[in-house]
Amino acid sequence: MAEHGATVLRVCRAVLGPADADDAWSETFLAALKAYPRLPGDANVEAWLVTIAHRKAIDITRAAARRAVPVADVPEPPNPQRAGGRDIDLAGALAALPRRQREAIAYHYLAGLPYQDVAAITGGSTDAARRAAADGIARLRKTYPGTALPDGENP
Amino acid sequence: MTANHEADLLRALPAVTDAELAALRDRLPAITDAELAALRDRLAERADAEGVLDVAYRTLDTPVGALLLAATPAGLVRVAYPIEGHDQVLETLATRVSPRILNAPRRLDETAREIDEYFAGQRRTFDLPLDYRLATGFRREVLGHLPGIGYGTTASYATVAAAVGHPRAFRAVGTACATNPLPVVLPCHRVIKSDGNPGNYRGGPTAKEFLLNLEAA
Repeated sequence: MAEHGATVLRVCRAVLGPADADDAWSETFLAALKAYPRLPGDANVEAWLVTIAHRKAIDITRAAARRAVPVADVPEPPNPQRAGGRDIDLAGALAALPRRQREAIAYHYLAGLPYQDVAAITGGSTDAARRAAADGIARLRKTYPGTALPDGENP
Repeated sequence: MTANHEADLLRALPAVTDAELAALRDRLPAITDAELAALRDRLAERADAEGVLDVAYRTLDTPVGALLLAATPAGLVRVAYPIEGHDQVLETLATRVSPRILNAPRRLDETAREIDEYFAGQRRTFDLPLDYRLATGFRREVLGHLPGIGYGTTASYATVAAAVGHPRAFRAVGTACATNPLPVVLPCHRVIKSDGNPGNYRGGPTAKEFLLNLEAA
């Protein structure tokens, strides 16, 4: 299980951002330790851990929303900091994506799960998971440094 | 694997040349060993507090190589030499004891201290709670007899067999020593052949000779 520690942390950071990622990581592995003896021997441990991490990330987001001052809509993650369009890092660009796209990219590209597994975790069809990842990548192309972003355009 | 997927992700971005890719990779939030170690420490503490840490382990550098030390709440359950393959040993612990295993050095602080003292020539007996669960039946009986063989002395396989009441079972004594889950701490290295040759050892013949020489000094 320990060998998956880095992957799960990467996924947590991509989905939640660095501030909450540590908590999600701890909660994931603690839950995994509690449940581990019930895991079938042939199970895909990484997919299982990412599934737990996904649920913990949702829990943490909900808890944060409860603590937050009520607003009319669920707040989107803040846009990445821009300083002359150059100081946007990949994590910041990821954080600016809609949650479904962020999850699809994290679970597929960072955890290496096939879209079928991604869909099983996030809900929805395999095609929808693939589309979310593709849309996310397309959006990263606009927001990620190295590609010029016209002034005034909101990502 | 993960590194490849990160590369895939970056390559999926357009107009990214190899030089840019290298620069971009630097911007990925790197996960350092120190960060992971801190997370694992905190996890181990919480798991211990919530009673879901069944096996804690760490490695300890010694003159006979890095020893893997593993403990249950009952006590030290396994000491393993590098030639046994630490990963393999952890797999076995996961199967035979519990899959709730974490690298949690703190629970093994006292064990590590006593083993350090032993190799420094400052300790002759170990004063540690031991968990014998990996040895059963006759083997366990033999192991129970080993601490009676004093520091710096040796006993033959036949002598030990006689001492546990089965004088003809010297081969089984050999097997019990060869499968001792707690070498060094339970001194199977002090059991040698009747002709004075050290004989086999779980940690290899060189380690056995080292321990015998250490204790003879």
